Amino acid sequence: MTGIWIIARITFQEAVRKKLLGMALAAGAAFLILFATAVHFQAAGFQERHVPLFLQRQIFSAMQMVGMYAINFLIVAMTVLTSVDTISGEIASGTVQAIAMKPIDRWQLMTGKWLGFCGMLTAYALVMIAGVNLVSAGMLGTSARHLPVAFALMWMESMLLLSTTLCLSVSFSTLTTGVLVLGLHGLAFLGGWIEQAGSLTDTPKAVLAGVAASLVMPSEALWRRAAFEMQSPLATAINVSPFSGASVPSSSMIVYAALYTCVALGLAVHRLNARDL
Amino acid sequence: MQSLISAAQTQDATAAAGGIDPADLAISTKSLRKVFRDKVAVRGLTLDVRRGEVFGFLGPNGAGKSTSVKMLLGLVKPTLGSARLLGKPIGDREARRRVGFLPEHFRFYDWLTSEELLRVHGQLCGLRGDELARRIPRMLDTVGLTPHAGKQLRDYSKGMLQRIGLAQALIHQPDLIILDEPTSGLDPVGRRLVRDIIRRQKERGATVFLNSHLLSEVEVTCDRVAFIRAGTVIEIREVKEFERSYRNVVARVGRLAENALHELEAWGTEVRLKGSYLSMRLHAAEFAPRVVQYLVEHGVEVYEFTPQRITLEDRFLEIVSGDEGL
Repeated sequence: MTGIWIIARITFQEAVRKKLLGMALAAGAAFLILFATAVHFQAAGFQERHVPLFLQRQIFSAMQMVGMYAINFLIVAMTVLTSVDTISGEIASGTVQAIAMKPIDRWQLMTGKWLGFCGMLTAYALVMIAGVNLVSAGMLGTSARHLPVAFALMWMESMLLLSTTLCLSVSFSTLTTGVLVLGLHGLAFLGGWIEQAGSLTDTPKAVLAGVAASLVMPSEALWRRAAFEMQSPLATAINVSPFSGASVPSSSMIVYAALYTCVALGLAVHRLNARDL
Repeated sequence: MQSLISAAQTQDATAAAGGIDPADLAISTKSLRKVFRDKVAVRGLTLDVRRGEVFGFLGPNGAGKSTSVKMLLGLVKPTLGSARLLGKPIGDREARRRVGFLPEHFRFYDWLTSEELLRVHGQLCGLRGDELARRIPRMLDTVGLTPHAGKQLRDYSKGMLQRIGLAQALIHQPDLIILDEPTSGLDPVGRRLVRDIIRRQKERGATVFLNSHLLSEVEVTCDRVAFIRAGTVIEIREVKEFERSYRNVVARVGRLAENALHELEAWGTEVRLKGSYLSMRLHAAEFAPRVVQYLVEHGVEVYEFTPQRITLEDRFLEIVSGDEGL
């Protein structure tokens, strides 16, 4: 087990020492400042125009969702961009040879890498999600609903993409892996919108196509469920939201996503075990 | 009865290893073969390396040396055949704990300092606490990098990377050290340092498996060498044999009749006369006096007679000839 923690530690350390985490947090801070500025001016504008409190709350809730949507995008980008080179790059450069011949099993190597990225991405997601909600709570006295559940779902999305990236990077080059993972996420994103549109227009075949896309890559389904959990009661009641609303991913889809993550990680270990280095 | 069977099995195993007890072997391979899709990289490597010796592994580019080394280390899976490292099957974790490896082009995370790199590798090999803390500065000193201990690897030259690679291979005092082109990128001072390190490791009782193109280095450091071509061992020889192998002779002669050349073939091959220079390769170094005697007895004027040593390089080139390499 020690080998796993050595690899996990060095993977986390790499993100810190290469200033990856620092730069991502700096960019995140810039985003939070922009978000806070927008909330401040919006609140001041509402006060000037005496907008009814109920309407203010709905608009602030929508703004908060936009903020969380942007955070979700940043987490997805951070997940794929930081992990895409770790296995394929080390295989191509030969760095992995000096590690893999040590008394450490390959599953430990893969698991260690996964845990290192998991730690780094969890810290990033925590800081960013907490940041948006602290800004909302501090300036508006409100934060997203069901935040722990939403955080868990967004974290799951990141872990799913991480496992998929590691799995593909064992067999493909860095560039190909990046294109494949982002392509799959893009497919899921488009599938999500097709599902929403199909549900709103009562077109079951379109909904089915969207669900099929989510089965190929369930990352976007996790975000849509997180958005559903966070949205205001009114948005839930009238079933209209740009992020979820009309068609909400079921609990079965969440379980499927969790299984997908495990299978992707298992495959990553299996492929690393089987391949020549 | 059981002990009789066991004794018989031991004898069989000893016989199979060419008179060497398998327990005395650091590396033992049998018909090790690797095929990448339609390309045969290693045809059938059969090799025994004794514990405590420095063993050279020589062959032209594309001969399958690196693939063989990777198979020994468990980095590449053999298509066929078997191998044992320090008595354990290849890939065994306990065996790997006792092996140090320097890849041909050592690369590691360039954001680490050399101290941090040695700490990571030491920890991966099971070293902890004070022992690891003691060994790191000692290893840095051994490879001459103490003044650069705090530098990140990205600031290292190729030679310095090779030195720190050597240090990570030795940090846990392995019983078997596999060095793939250790002097690659090193200046003469660095090459001398590697030679000294190999000598010290041998004195410590470690086995060194050296894959190198620098034949002069191999000749100085190795006890035995294997010549490999197209993934097969062509020949294994003691390096000392080369020191004794005065089998080529060149003589400056006068009045040598053409028909005498044919008779000289009784003691050697490649008998040639170019101007006044006679050259031939003797079947054995001991035939040199007989050739001189024959020449003198047959009225040939002998002005010079110079036995020449067959060097490792000569033998290497002989083996390589006909192989275009890759």
